[in-house]
Amino acid sequence: MSEHIVSKTIYFLIFGALMVLTVVTYWVALYDFGRMNVVIALAVAVTKAVLVVLFFMHVRYSTRLTKIVVISGFFWLAILVSLTLSDYFTRPATSGVGGVPASKSTR
Amino acid sequence: MAEAVHTTTGHPASAHAALQHHFENMEQQREAGTLGMWIFLVTEIMFFGGMFMAYILYRAYNADAFAAASNALNVKMGFANTIVLICSSLTMALAVYYSQVGKRMMIVVMLILTMILGTAFLVVKAFEYYDKYEKNEIPGRLFPSRPFKWGESGHGSPAQEPGRDATTERNPQAVQTGQEQKPDPNFASRVEMFFFIYFAMTGLHALHMVIGLGMLIVLTIMAWKGRFSPEYHSPVELGGLYWHFVDIVWIFLFPLLYLLGAHGVGGGH
Repeated sequence: MSEHIVSKTIYFLIFGALMVLTVVTYWVALYDFGRMNVVIALAVAVTKAVLVVLFFMHVRYSTRLTKIVVISGFFWLAILVSLTLSDYFTRPATSGVGGVPASKSTR
Repeated sequence: MAEAVHTTTGHPASAHAALQHHFENMEQQREAGTLGMWIFLVTEIMFFGGMFMAYILYRAYNADAFAAASNALNVKMGFANTIVLICSSLTMALAVYYSQVGKRMMIVVMLILTMILGTAFLVVKAFEYYDKYEKNEIPGRLFPSRPFKWGESGHGSPAQEPGRDATTERNPQAVQTGQEQKPDPNFASRVEMFFFIYFAMTGLHALHMVIGLGMLIVLTIMAWKGRFSPEYHSPVELGGLYWHFVDIVWIFLFPLLYLLGAHGVGGGH
């Protein structure tokens, strides 16, 4: 048996971290950081997701092949988002579609 | 090799009963299963990714409407559901752990706990959806008697609380500009767009939860019958991967849908 068994201690530690970060998500949303609101919210969410993927989903202990598949999945998602946004945000505002969105943002 | 007794699967009789004929050994079978599950999950990432893309674009151009609409969601329920889902991820992870060490009853207990938490999530979600129905916040004309409404004329009977100015609260543009500018006539339809995205994303997520619950029922029965052992427990492991993935989707949905305008409400509730 070469399968790595993640100990219960690690599961509970990750669980605790996820709980704390959930509270952080909420608490941080009560303050206005302007443009940084999205960045902060996503940073916390990504941290939580990485913890789940690495430990609950055992990717940290998986084979390299599995790791590459996982990374490629998120890489393709990044392509989807970045290419779509680079299209929309670089169109002239006069075209009726796209253009750089108003900077006053959330509120 | 030639004199070894072969079963119908083509493996020696000493091989594990769950070893399929096209695999060399149990470890190869397990790793192939994990890889296959992850490839499926990658397609799921792209599936939800398309919806997140729609969310990003519409939010970029309708930040004010999205923040106002987000405040109409029940943050307490969304928060509670986040906690419930993380707890269910823990019990699922523990079910995988107990299947690895071969404790049959504990697998069953953990799977049932996961199902209870998953059901609790869906019940809370159902209350939220019903609340949207009552407040005429279901987008489109799905219910002819309750078409989507937003703003002064909208908010039906119970929401007319004293001391809350419906116009400014529901249309922050009116406050923002200070001067006597008339509010954006398209504001309500831009808010409606948020609710379209909200129902599409949380609905798709809830559908995944329902499928996950069905999967957990099968796993619980298999575990009860003693099908899993330290040598063979791939179904629990792969079911766990699916369940955690659904949890991750919610981890993103909660801040992106519920908390957009929380800082504008004044300290929160």
